[in-house]
Amino acid sequence: MIETLKQFSSSTISQALLKQIEQKAGEYKEKFGREPALMEVCGSHTMAVAKTGVKKLLAGKVKLISGPGCPVCVTDQKSIDAMIQLAESDERIICTFGDMVRVPGTNRALIDAKTDGRDVRVVYSPCDAVEIAKENPDKQVVFLGIGFETTIPVLAVALKKADDERVTNFSMWVTTKLVEPILRKLLNEGDVQVDGLLLPGHVSIVLGKYHYQYLVDEYRVPGVICGFEPAELLSGIYKSIELLLNENPEIINSHQHVVRDEGNRQAQLMIDQYFQVCDEAWRGIGVIENSGLDIRDQFIHLNAKSRFDIKAGEPKPTRCRCGEIIRGLIPPEECNLFAKACTPVNPIGPCMVSSEGSCAASYQYLREE
Amino acid sequence: MVEKISLAHGDGGELAHQLIQNVFITTFGHHDQAKLDAAILHIPQEKLTISTDSFVIKPTFFRGGNIGKLAICGTVNDLAVSGATPLYITVAFIIEEGFSIPQLQKIVSSMAEEAKKANVRIVSGDTKVVERGSVDGIFINTTGIGVINTEEMLPKTIDKQDVIIISGTIGDHGISILSARGELGLVTELNSDCASLNDLTSEVLNVSSRVKMMRDPTRGGVATTLVEICEDFNVTIEINEDALPVKEEVEGACDILGFDPLYLANEGKLLLIVAKEDEEKVLAVLKKFDIGREATTIGRVSEVETNGRLFLKMLLGSRRRLNRLAGMQLPRIC
Repeated sequence: MIETLKQFSSSTISQALLKQIEQKAGEYKEKFGREPALMEVCGSHTMAVAKTGVKKLLAGKVKLISGPGCPVCVTDQKSIDAMIQLAESDERIICTFGDMVRVPGTNRALIDAKTDGRDVRVVYSPCDAVEIAKENPDKQVVFLGIGFETTIPVLAVALKKADDERVTNFSMWVTTKLVEPILRKLLNEGDVQVDGLLLPGHVSIVLGKYHYQYLVDEYRVPGVICGFEPAELLSGIYKSIELLLNENPEIINSHQHVVRDEGNRQAQLMIDQYFQVCDEAWRGIGVIENSGLDIRDQFIHLNAKSRFDIKAGEPKPTRCRCGEIIRGLIPPEECNLFAKACTPVNPIGPCMVSSEGSCAASYQYLREE
Repeated sequence: MVEKISLAHGDGGELAHQLIQNVFITTFGHHDQAKLDAAILHIPQEKLTISTDSFVIKPTFFRGGNIGKLAICGTVNDLAVSGATPLYITVAFIIEEGFSIPQLQKIVSSMAEEAKKANVRIVSGDTKVVERGSVDGIFINTTGIGVINTEEMLPKTIDKQDVIIISGTIGDHGISILSARGELGLVTELNSDCASLNDLTSEVLNVSSRVKMMRDPTRGGVATTLVEICEDFNVTIEINEDALPVKEEVEGACDILGFDPLYLANEGKLLLIVAKEDEEKVLAVLKKFDIGREATTIGRVSEVETNGRLFLKMLLGSRRRLNRLAGMQLPRIC
């Protein structure tokens, strides 16, 4: 596998692709009078285009807009406050993915609760949290389940494990998000000019290529599913511009060594079995109908929201513009807090914390020399 | 039944005496010296170096070493990279009640073995035992004393076009420890690179008088060490992405976990800044050693200027600035 990936990081292939993109982008500009605007939907793509230098190299030729695909960044402030409140009890062990511990709530972050002696643990897999519950039968163990379709099947596996093994002191606090509703919202509102989409490599492993057909049928927007190595990113960009030039939108699976056109059926079944659609609040955007998944009623005994009485108040508004950044309306540099009051050491919003956040990507890789 | 450390092993009474006699004095080979409260050192040179470090690594045992070996290598290396010959080391243990004595014996044995290899003498020690839960198993502090035997002290003035050399692959220790912690569901066969570097440093200094600076890039990795050099010595350094030696396992783990090998800890790697004319000479010497076999040049000093910065020249041709890492390197979630 690594060998396969290595050929995509080869600089000779990438250099050639760069030249071809420049040429195609030139043709596009001649035809449409402006540079093509592509949105990378996935947070890992945002990181990759920044880290590999692709974004800088294409500046002024292809506009790359960061999209809403970082699960930490889109988590509503109120949910974050609720999760922190959840941790404020000696009776509980809170397990979470790493990025979440430093995301600031209205008053403090999970890591501050940990410093004060609360039991907050970073795990890599939600199943580890089930194991922790088995090892600590006298404590309530809660896993904070955030993520898009990539992560949701893994959450389902942990729910299955807890249910099968009758681990009664385990529950999950779920605020997951779905890709389709947010893409529809962005395209419906049309506040940001998006000509084509670079579709997420990881999420598409679960969803497959056919899932995205609505983009073409309803919005006439092309999409290319691509990987994260430089040559994969560049070939995704190249194919996108080519589709735009031909004015013949379609969905291309350019990540075929990993993504099947029909997706991962088994993962989809796991999602269906344990989750049901719900309304979800998105940071800086508000509630979007049917845009998330929560634990099915039949597994309500595993749902931390019904097990614990947690009520977070309305969060205090900040000058953080994560909401606009997530929707691609402004780049991070346009937020007054960026790299001044808000830095990775002292983050104000989640986009500066997450390893997939566009503010973190800009801070780390794109700032002026 | 495994013998365990009890609070009585730290109270100065009979059990404490037995522990010191049986585990420490025997293994470290002290006898008469142990009767004194302080060690008497015979040091010929005038220029001494001293360095201290505490070791709290989790887990205590890992592929390629344990906390004891690390505690010797770490302090030996701090002395060695400053151009000194390490001579003496003191060790202080803080041990949690209930710690297994056979495990302690293993740790102490590897300290003795590593000290012998590095040709340093362990001359003074201390043991404290604390209640269960007060420390995580065992913590070790070591302090080392060395002598500077070159007339010309390091660091020397760094010039434009000096080259940056690393003695081998980067990030091995970081990934090996992460995998040994077993929290990331990551299984690797990777060993920590934990090793004493004083043979390398003394050989290098023997053949080249144009070594400007040596460092061991531990916590924070190669990038953080170089950022510090750029800031402290007013130089701008450019390293090449395609020149960085990274093991396949490390690269794979970094891809999965979202880490950057440039920021991962090393415990047996030497980073050197050397005048261009001596580049080949120094590389040849490093390569004679097993732990320096993969030594290679990774970059150069591109400018001598105030507000020095570190840049990474990337595969695609653009370059980006490398800064100190902000916050912990935490695993990403998808």
